[in-house]
Amino acid sequence: MRLAELPRRVPGIVASVEDQGPNDSIARRLRELGFVAGEQVEVVAVGPMGSEPILVQVGFTRFALRRAEAARVRLLDGAGA
Amino acid sequence: MNAETLAPLRLALVGNPNCGKTALFNQLTGSRQKVANYAGVTVERKEGRLRGPSGRSYAVLDLPGAYSLNAASLDEAVARDVIRGCYPGEAAPDALVCVMDATNLRLHLRFALELRELGKPMIVAVNMMDAARRRGIGIDLVELERLLGVPVVETVAVRRHGARALVERIERMAEALHAPTQRLGKGADLHAETRRLLAATVRMPARTARIDDALDRWLLHPLFGLLALAMVMFLIFQAVYAWATPLMDLIDAGTAWLGETVGAVLPEGPLSSLLVDGIIAGVGGVIVFLPQILILFAFILALEESGYLPRAAFLLDRMMASAGLSGRSFIPLLSSFACAIPGIMATRSIQDPRDRLATILVAPLMTCSARLPVYALLIGAFIPQKTVWGVFNRQGLVLFGLYAAGVASALLVSWVMKQWRRDKGEHALLLELPSYRVPHARDLLIGLWERAMIFLKRVGGIILALTVLLWVLLYFPNGGADVTQSLAGRIGQALSVVFAPVGFNWQICIALIPGLAAREVAVSSLATVYALSTADDTAAAQALAPLINDGWSLATALSLLVWYIYAPMCISTLATIKRETNSWKQMAGATGYLFALAYAAAFATYQVAVLLGAG
Repeated sequence: MRLAELPRRVPGIVASVEDQGPNDSIARRLRELGFVAGEQVEVVAVGPMGSEPILVQVGFTRFALRRAEAARVRLLDGAGA
Repeated sequence: MNAETLAPLRLALVGNPNCGKTALFNQLTGSRQKVANYAGVTVERKEGRLRGPSGRSYAVLDLPGAYSLNAASLDEAVARDVIRGCYPGEAAPDALVCVMDATNLRLHLRFALELRELGKPMIVAVNMMDAARRRGIGIDLVELERLLGVPVVETVAVRRHGARALVERIERMAEALHAPTQRLGKGADLHAETRRLLAATVRMPARTARIDDALDRWLLHPLFGLLALAMVMFLIFQAVYAWATPLMDLIDAGTAWLGETVGAVLPEGPLSSLLVDGIIAGVGGVIVFLPQILILFAFILALEESGYLPRAAFLLDRMMASAGLSGRSFIPLLSSFACAIPGIMATRSIQDPRDRLATILVAPLMTCSARLPVYALLIGAFIPQKTVWGVFNRQGLVLFGLYAAGVASALLVSWVMKQWRRDKGEHALLLELPSYRVPHARDLLIGLWERAMIFLKRVGGIILALTVLLWVLLYFPNGGADVTQSLAGRIGQALSVVFAPVGFNWQICIALIPGLAAREVAVSSLATVYALSTADDTAAAQALAPLINDGWSLATALSLLVWYIYAPMCISTLATIKRETNSWKQMAGATGYLFALAYAAAFATYQVAVLLGAG
């Protein structure tokens, strides 16, 4: 499963952040912001229009991500189910 | 050696965005600050002086916030280059003060580890310890210092003496600078090390503050969140219009008194006319709007400090994205309501160059404070003061409508630009929503002071020069006796052919000339034009509103209001666009499209108004 598909208020565990294409600076930044293997994430809110962007809690911090950005984050299967 | 004779040690404050770095900087340096730009770019450079108890003085640099040394924006690139000592014209800092938010250590500690790898002398300031304690977060600073191998102190930037421990450690470090005793080496896993440090030193009962969760539940709610946002925006505009009035009346009266006093002392002639009709009336007519600008900026600064602004960006991101902008465009665009120049400069926080360019190009459509004088004059003169639906002021509603028209036009223009461009790749949002905070009075006041100074410098420089130039155009060649025969009158009459279809008379045409250089000059120009063209010129400057009410039709007033929604921007804005895009083509494009929009919209407004009988 990917972070973009995680339902609201369901905890998930990050497996990895995948590059989309060579030199994916968005993927690199996501890793720097703490989206790394083993980290717990949770979607705490979604935007008012088209459920976009999503607000993701990672560690002690909340980041607003668009779904296309969140789709780079792969979650461990089974976690949060 | 005497401590006071030593060269000041250069300290750089480094940290993630939202770590309270600027509040700490204000605490350390107080009012001894200098705000400028880094050479060659328009990233804000803040430097201040700190004098330690030993008498030794320190040059403290407040670097732009950064998440990583892998720069993803111009701000981050500047921070990286200054830290490494490779920014042209900047001396490398002698030591770093890495500021971390105690409630957000997992993110901030990673950056501290990245900084430590540089091997520079460094102190870690764990800031906002008061907020951390309130949330039951326990941090073993002694153990953290031992594990990190650099001095670690706690600070509470918003409390008096909250940085005392930091100053003591700085003084101790200044005696003998040495590099961190520990390093991880290349390719180390900073996240793993961060986790190890957190496990060893931090006790955290909950990952988030309960108050943040509760507030976010309401303020980010799809319905209530948007309602709250609309209310906040509406409150700002009502406040800007209503609260500033008493202060403005006071400034008005002061200007008039000064003009009369100077006029009475000096003998009649060019000097007296220049002082009273040129300088005093002109500058007074601009300073009078400082209260509105300050009230607006007070709101913007308070919203920024409280953590609400990024929330607003979150709520608006989808809408902005569909118009070809990003949620991050919201903050620069909101700043553009006060002035397009800081707004355009604030676009540097937008990492995507394409989103950034789109934001720069539409920023001048946000109703900047320089347009307020024009709006205020016209609304005051033509829209009757009346209460609508029991609570709202009709003049306030019209003002709100003008602002709304600017926003709608900006969205439309950026949408059109989005359709035209060829590159349809991905934009990143990646916006941190920090914890809610109560804004601190000192930081608000320092912020207001800086903004007021920026505005007044523009008033003092460009505007004064233009007012005097205009006075020259009006006074010569015939001593101001008949304005229609003056240089300005001739230019205005020539222009009025072009502007007749939009309903502008020659007085307006004259005012448009300096109004192009800085919009707010248009009002003082009008005052000058009318002051010199009436017999009783002492009362005329104040009596502008009834004068134009008599002299102009409603259609003309509406047309001018609409003209100013789009009005081709001031030279300073153009210069900023040129500098920020580094392209004359972009600047020329922006000028051309704004001119065309302004003319078309004013034309439509005037013709419709005349058809409806307002001519």
